[in-house]
Amino acid sequence: MALRPDLAIIAAAVPTGSRVLDVGCGDGELMAALRDQGVDARGLEIDPANVTAAIARGQSVVQGDANRDLADYPGDAFDYAILSQTLQTTERPDRVVDELLRIAPRAFVSFPNFAHWRVRLALLWNGRMPVTRLLPVAWYETPNIHHVTVSDFRDLLRAKGIAVEAAWYLSGDKPTSAAAANWRAEHAIFLISR
Amino acid sequence: MASALHQITHQNVTIPTPLPLDSGQWLPSVTIAWQSYGALNADRSNAVLVCHALTGDQYVASDHPATGKPGWWARMVGPGKPIDTDRFHVICANVLGSCMGSSGPATPDAVTGAPLGMAFPVITIADMVRAQAMLLDHLGISRLHAVVGGSMGGMQALAWAATYPDRLDSALVIASAARHSAQNIAFHEVGRQAIMADPDWQDGQYYGSARAPTKGLAVARMAAHITYLSEAGLTEKFGRRLQAREIKSFGFDADFQIESYLRHQGLAFTDRFDANAYLYITRAMDYFDLAEPHDGRLAGAFAHAKDVRFTLVSFDTDWLYPTSESRRIVQALQSVGASASFVELSAPFGHDSFLLDVPALDRIVAGALGGGF
Repeated sequence: MALRPDLAIIAAAVPTGSRVLDVGCGDGELMAALRDQGVDARGLEIDPANVTAAIARGQSVVQGDANRDLADYPGDAFDYAILSQTLQTTERPDRVVDELLRIAPRAFVSFPNFAHWRVRLALLWNGRMPVTRLLPVAWYETPNIHHVTVSDFRDLLRAKGIAVEAAWYLSGDKPTSAAAANWRAEHAIFLISR
Repeated sequence: MASALHQITHQNVTIPTPLPLDSGQWLPSVTIAWQSYGALNADRSNAVLVCHALTGDQYVASDHPATGKPGWWARMVGPGKPIDTDRFHVICANVLGSCMGSSGPATPDAVTGAPLGMAFPVITIADMVRAQAMLLDHLGISRLHAVVGGSMGGMQALAWAATYPDRLDSALVIASAARHSAQNIAFHEVGRQAIMADPDWQDGQYYGSARAPTKGLAVARMAAHITYLSEAGLTEKFGRRLQAREIKSFGFDADFQIESYLRHQGLAFTDRFDANAYLYITRAMDYFDLAEPHDGRLAGAFAHAKDVRFTLVSFDTDWLYPTSESRRIVQALQSVGASASFVELSAPFGHDSFLLDVPALDRIVAGALGGGF
């Protein structure tokens, strides 16, 4: 099965032989791809059914909560930390970013862009919290408690003095430019470093 | 009866090498009884050591010689099972101090020929593991693909990783802990006192007499058995239902089904277990604290085990070795950079879940053994 486009971008950017922690690794889809390319990938995942599925695939995954359990990893335990589609579900995204860059010098962070034009239009025309392809759940049951835009995230990085080594912006499954990303990108992927 | 128990012959080996013990005493030689399943491959790389729990034995996947019941983990170990004997050479040894053929309190004194009884030295989990290593040396197996155990078996798996980190690829630790808590010790002490309060115990020298402390041992088992089950499980299985009667007796018969069940469990246990062995093994568990030799830092125990792949599983209804204990182990492993997997599974059976039908556990065990093999 083909990897989700944002995961494929991350997988392609992780060098062989590196040590990686996939935070919110789900059932280990990205970790499986990383392992195939010779990466020592480990995972943290909150849902026990997903953890079970990943361990059953022979992967190294700990059941835990990104809000709390990243603190158990020593500094520089990994070369890369990955937080894919999870930032917006955390209680304090700023602190999670700090933790990622404590346990690894570099981190991939990807999230759905809440300033995508479809989201803006839905809110503008309907006056209701948008339900879209990447944000498919109604406001009262969505796990996304901290909606974030490309510009918001860039501001956070600037305020913290965190460097952007690379960024990818996806509209549908196709790349879109950095300049117009805040309204054209449905999905953003940042490679950040201390 | 204990006497009948000790007449069973078990496959065993006596290794004439002295075994120094944590207590400072030593055993002049060690007898280990064991069972094995599946073929050892040509490069001797497919051996899996299964470690049994307090009252378990080496008959992990074969009928028990005293009770005739199927092996205690027959659902997990066998051809095509999660611990697949078509792929792995599975070894299970009766622990030191037990009563199924390995050296223990019923072992005869080398000089007098009389059973040692309480003259048998107090042993620890690490002593059990050292004895297992001696067996593997005898069998010519220098390295294990995995050490797997639930409950006290998990303690042995942890002790293996701490003591012989270069001799195993992976450790599976199920429903276990890195130390015995005050509550764990408390329940064991109730059991030991029940045995020692039985006049038939005779200071442990009952082997030659016609009496054995079966009443005390049965009470010990009854108390322990409660700790293996969840409150919700007991309520669902027994509730307040009466046993074979319509109304309460206003006496002290087993009015309630739970009483009848516990009495049966206690009594049946005495057919397959020796009271002194129960004293020694519960003591070994109480003394278990993997962090103690490292100034209370559990990570110190795993300092040389960072290349061992660990998999830990707890159960949400297990209050004997709760999830918090497994998490504590995972944190220690992460702090030394060891590869650790951990999941808390949901199962209604309390601590006993590791022995029962929990399909997710099967998948995890199979995956943890298959990874990198």
